[in-house]
Amino acid sequence: MDNVLRFRDDAEHEEPAVSLEAFLGQSNATAVRIEAGEDARHLIPHLDRVALVEIDFPRFRDGRGYSSARILREAGYKGEIRASGDVLVDQMLFMRRCGFDSFAPDAPIDAEVLDAALKRYDFFYQSAADEAVPVWKLRHG
Amino acid sequence: MYKYDKYDQSIVDARVEEFREQTARRLAGALTDDQFKPLRLKNGLYLQLHAYMLRVAIPYGTLDSRQMRMLGHIARKYDRGYGHFTTRQNIQYNWIKLEEAPDILADLATVEMHAIQTSGESIRNISSDQYAGAAADEICDPRPWAELVRQATTFHPEFSYLPRKFKIALTAAEEDRAAIRLHDVGLKLVKNEAGELGFEVYVGGGMGRTPFVAPLIRPFLPADNLFSYLEAVLRVWNRWARRDNIHKQRIKILVHEIGQAEFTRQVEEEWQAILPNGSDVPRVEFDRIAAYFPEPPFATGLSDELDRSDPDFALWLDQNVAAHKRPGYAIVNISLKPTGGIPGDISADQIDLVADLAERHSFDELRATHAQNLVLPHVRKDALYGLWQTLREAGLAEANLDLVTDIIACPGLDYCSLANARSIPVAQKIATRFADQGRQRELGELKIKISGCINACGHHHAGHIGILGVDRKGTENYQLLLGGSGAEDASLAKITGPGFDEDGIVDAVEKATAVYLRERVEGERFLDTYRRVGMDPFKEAIYG
Amino acid sequence: MKIVTGNDLKTGAVIWWAGDGWSIHVADAVDAGEHADALAQTEQAALRVNGAYVIDGEATPNGPRPAHIKERIRAIGPTVRPDLNLEPADPAAGSWVI
Repeated sequence: MDNVLRFRDDAEHEEPAVSLEAFLGQSNATAVRIEAGEDARHLIPHLDRVALVEIDFPRFRDGRGYSSARILREAGYKGEIRASGDVLVDQMLFMRRCGFDSFAPDAPIDAEVLDAALKRYDFFYQSAADEAVPVWKLRHG
Repeated sequence: MYKYDKYDQSIVDARVEEFREQTARRLAGALTDDQFKPLRLKNGLYLQLHAYMLRVAIPYGTLDSRQMRMLGHIARKYDRGYGHFTTRQNIQYNWIKLEEAPDILADLATVEMHAIQTSGESIRNISSDQYAGAAADEICDPRPWAELVRQATTFHPEFSYLPRKFKIALTAAEEDRAAIRLHDVGLKLVKNEAGELGFEVYVGGGMGRTPFVAPLIRPFLPADNLFSYLEAVLRVWNRWARRDNIHKQRIKILVHEIGQAEFTRQVEEEWQAILPNGSDVPRVEFDRIAAYFPEPPFATGLSDELDRSDPDFALWLDQNVAAHKRPGYAIVNISLKPTGGIPGDISADQIDLVADLAERHSFDELRATHAQNLVLPHVRKDALYGLWQTLREAGLAEANLDLVTDIIACPGLDYCSLANARSIPVAQKIATRFADQGRQRELGELKIKISGCINACGHHHAGHIGILGVDRKGTENYQLLLGGSGAEDASLAKITGPGFDEDGIVDAVEKATAVYLRERVEGERFLDTYRRVGMDPFKEAIYG
Repeated sequence: MKIVTGNDLKTGAVIWWAGDGWSIHVADAVDAGEHADALAQTEQAALRVNGAYVIDGEATPNGPRPAHIKERIRAIGPTVRPDLNLEPADPAAGSWVI
């Protein structure tokens, strides 16, 4: 699949993502797609059988997907979370922090710009779904 | 006041470099304006009627002389020698060049300032009480909590692409000097029966097209859970906010549509899910921040006596100088509303002067207020006369705090491409009409607020007298509203009737004040009389 | 007439489509006619303007006059700061706005 950027070591998941409605009605799907207005919490009871969650960004300004990803990570989901759609390089650091580990943007991403963007900040104020230690913790050990 | 450590400085410096790179990509055409717009708005940069406009953050309205001087430097070097203090305790510059904006942010970063999240669909500047740390009626200084919230909401990865802007205000006194109930989230510090510190949490206030006074969502939130609770509020809103209609996206609309009880239920449920994540900032970090807000080393044994023999000084004392919690000290309000002047505007020279005065007379601290004035919070009474003389020479001693000429006005159609009508000339005409000192004092507390369009940046819904500029078939027209308040007795002003042209609105305001003088009983302000007698006597007088 | 206005991308200065390029003086504005929208888009894509939009105006003996007061203020400067007007030496410049 071209135009997919992955930050995972495991192999790409082969099965196509089904809609949330289809997933909840099906016992054997392992990849699911969440639209911007859908509630990711519906997946929480089924996380053990999900390998890939694709979260759509219809317009880059629509920030609902950030919450969806973080909710899944907070629930303990360790599989792949992919941001798809109108995903631009300047939002990807926030997305990584919210738990996204792959990206399927509509338009190609400049690799150099992305690399610089992901490395730009050494510190973050708040804990999120990534490994970064929030500044308040660094201050007090 | 708070001082950056290496982490804070690193974050701001990285932000400057990030914006510099994004600007370069924009200028090279690698980013369209549609893609660049949210990025520049996250750094306070608007494309406005005359040029780019930059809004610099003044967190909870607090700054020192070094920072104030930098604001003057920016006005001189990058703008046209002046700035404008806003209704959210920020400062704006109207003549900015995009190609210089990264340098401006770099200059600001050298004095621990920035323009982060001052516009766009972001969590905006955290505002607070301009008398914090100086007033006797606060239970504690709200600003360390404001700083905690500022850090926790800066570059929050989940909440950087919100449905709309999000405004938070904090107070710690019964008298609400920060209009918290007209914010998306208003926080009032309180103590419970056990003496523990917590917050009354109000959610869903705001002005604009559909104003609301925020209902109380939680009567007591333990102070240490402030951040996780805010995350719950934001997450519920992020999920449900209507994204189909830009006019329906603020959290006030959601709270109103699903109701206070259901909204509260959802927030509480979300909060229970968030709590185990450990995102709350621990008390030890709060204590670290709070240590930057100690009481200044006040002198003791000072006299409270003042020589009032100069009648102009006495007038200014009575109007602009507020009681300080310490004997021998006073809170000084610097009016940026000279009669006939532009409300909230300040020249670079005046900025430097105020910086010097703050350094010399106020333990190097000053405040910006949401009424577009400035405050020197800790001034010795024995320094007041000399201070007043210096202010007067600089045109900063108008003795009109909260009087009819202390008008809040947005920049309006003179500066803003969103506006329907000019607001500044209306403010100037009203101030000139009521310039007489005796007349102003006779009218007493009378808060006039003027907005040039429905976005209500002039807070007209919260004016004792509010004025809204509209476009009526291509000409400027003004609606008159009465009875609003942004204080703890929050209320929304009501429209009187058909609108007026520029001269007509000034006459209408004058007629409204005449009704007040006629109807009032002892001790009543304009607002009180209006609330007692209602709209009818005013309508009659204005429309005949 | 259809007038196209916008801001210079780098400096933010208000500019007006003058036929062969952009001018900071509304007096140089030309009638872009039915091509106005397309022109605005082309110029925006070429980075020669930012935030371009089309307005109505009328040709007068004193030059093009934008139909709405907003663009007349845009052309001259804030009415409350005549010293910052595009024509600060001309005290009557502001009266053209209203």
